[in-house]
Amino acid sequence: MDLYTLLREFADSWVLLALVLFFVGVVFWAWRPGSRKMHEDTANIPFRHDDKPAAAAKVDSSNGDSKLKEAQK
Amino acid sequence: MWDYVKLIALGAVAVLAAYAATLARDPAYLANAIEVAAVAAIAFGWILVTLGKRKPAPANEYMDDVIRAGVIATASWGIVGFLVGATIAFELAFPALNLSNETLGMMNFGRLRPLHTSAVIFAFGGNALIMSAFYVVQRTCAVRLWGRGLAWFVFWGWQVMILLAATAYVLGGTQSKEYAETVWYIDWWIVVVWLAFLAVFMGTLFNRKEPHIYVANWFYLSFIVTIAMLHVVNNLAIPVSLFGSVSVQVTGGVQDAMTQWWYGHNAVGFFLTAGFLGMMYYFVPKQAERPIYSYKLSIIHFWALIFLYIWAGPHHLHYTALPDWASTLGMVFSIMLWMPSWGGMINGLMTLSGAWDKLRTDPVIRMMVVSVGFYGMSTFEGPMMSIKAVNSLSHYTDWTIGHVHSGALGWNGMITFGALYFLTPRLWARERLYSLSLVSWHFWLATIGIVLYAASMWVTGIMEGLMWREVDANGFLVNAFADTVAAKWPMYVTRATGGTLYLTGACIMCYNLWATVAKQPRKEAAGVAFVPAE
Repeated sequence: MDLYTLLREFADSWVLLALVLFFVGVVFWAWRPGSRKMHEDTANIPFRHDDKPAAAAKVDSSNGDSKLKEAQK
Repeated sequence: MWDYVKLIALGAVAVLAAYAATLARDPAYLANAIEVAAVAAIAFGWILVTLGKRKPAPANEYMDDVIRAGVIATASWGIVGFLVGATIAFELAFPALNLSNETLGMMNFGRLRPLHTSAVIFAFGGNALIMSAFYVVQRTCAVRLWGRGLAWFVFWGWQVMILLAATAYVLGGTQSKEYAETVWYIDWWIVVVWLAFLAVFMGTLFNRKEPHIYVANWFYLSFIVTIAMLHVVNNLAIPVSLFGSVSVQVTGGVQDAMTQWWYGHNAVGFFLTAGFLGMMYYFVPKQAERPIYSYKLSIIHFWALIFLYIWAGPHHLHYTALPDWASTLGMVFSIMLWMPSWGGMINGLMTLSGAWDKLRTDPVIRMMVVSVGFYGMSTFEGPMMSIKAVNSLSHYTDWTIGHVHSGALGWNGMITFGALYFLTPRLWARERLYSLSLVSWHFWLATIGIVLYAASMWVTGIMEGLMWREVDANGFLVNAFADTVAAKWPMYVTRATGGTLYLTGACIMCYNLWATVAKQPRKEAAGVAFVPAE
């Protein structure tokens, strides 16, 4: 069996199965119970550190958090 | 110490390039060698003059100067690319404009066409992707770019690549691979710059302060990694001489064709789609001031796109020497690709749910929404054209060109314009854009331009496809090729008009962005705004 046929055989069977399983796994992983909270948090990343990196903005963000908590009250 | 190493290296490059220029075997190589020597000499001089004077970068700030440079480069290269595009559109309608005798063939359609495609894809689009990737990865990782000056190397390295490629094209240096025309030594340079880009991006991701990697970065990273792989494999070539621009491809025949379109289609898939989706997933939520509609959908969008796109290339080679199974595979995967594409489109559009009124008041968000709409339209049209029966009519006709441009002008162009309008006031600390009504002007000029372009190309594409296959009662072809060329003329003029409108809109944008910075006062830093004492 030459290399091409061997690779074709392998690609058409096990690799195909592995890729499909991986993809199905991704779908289940995205919809796993309890992921909603994490996804909501991640989706809000763009709204957090507009002006300064996290370390530098520590003082500001703690102010921001307290303001947020006040707003929530 | 490090500066002296740079000085020695740059000096050596300058001398070697100047020496290579004396041995050049063709004009493209000669011009490029002189350019390399000049660029190395300028960089040498700059390092020498600023030796010991450069201040270390403040670690507690984002690295925005390289992004500002990227914004300027994106807008400028956009104008160049659109101008060359409009020029060659008029050349097709009025062949006298080729000016072949006056310019020694340098203005010929065949020379300017790769200049146009490279200018819009790699210069305009590439700069937009690099600068927006640098912006987004910093903001979503909450750290400064990794690698100190390496981001600047990426920026200037990319501009040098564009300069070399553009000069080579007009002087006839090309390896005749669509969207990969750059000759072998430019290909090597691209690899160097691209790996530096990857290093800056990955380094920043590793340093991130947010526990999770925001979805836009997934798209950017897949774009960088995949383009590196595609570029290297498609450009495996052996130079004929170290002092000439000609090289011989390692693969030949149908293998080379398949490699080329595996590259070509994934250049569309990962350069013009995945990278720009990274822009969409950041700038649309930011401009709409609400998070992405469904983060779960964005994860599925990402993985489905990655898994399907890489197989779609063979649809460029229907009815050729390519085995039937391969082209069927390409067709099937292209059709499946419709689903993740529309998932992504819905995700982008629905981000506006509850804020649809912004469409009326904010022309920037209108631009982004139309861009996502064009993404949806061209990702429907593409799978349809990949069906063999449709392709037998559409292939080799102007329909293909219309399809490419509804994607490129509509999706890539408009989302980039939206990002530029978003970024300019923020990067230069201005309160707002100079004029929203000018944005509206830009929006309508661009949209009408695209509609003229796409519609005329549909008409002329389907017309010439039908004319090519028309046979009389005895089975003879009815039309000569020249008949289709003559019949297409009005549509060529319409197309060139549409392109000119698009270019005009982009010029208005450049004025607006310039005025935003030059005609408006700097916004005061947030910390300075004290509450007045009572």
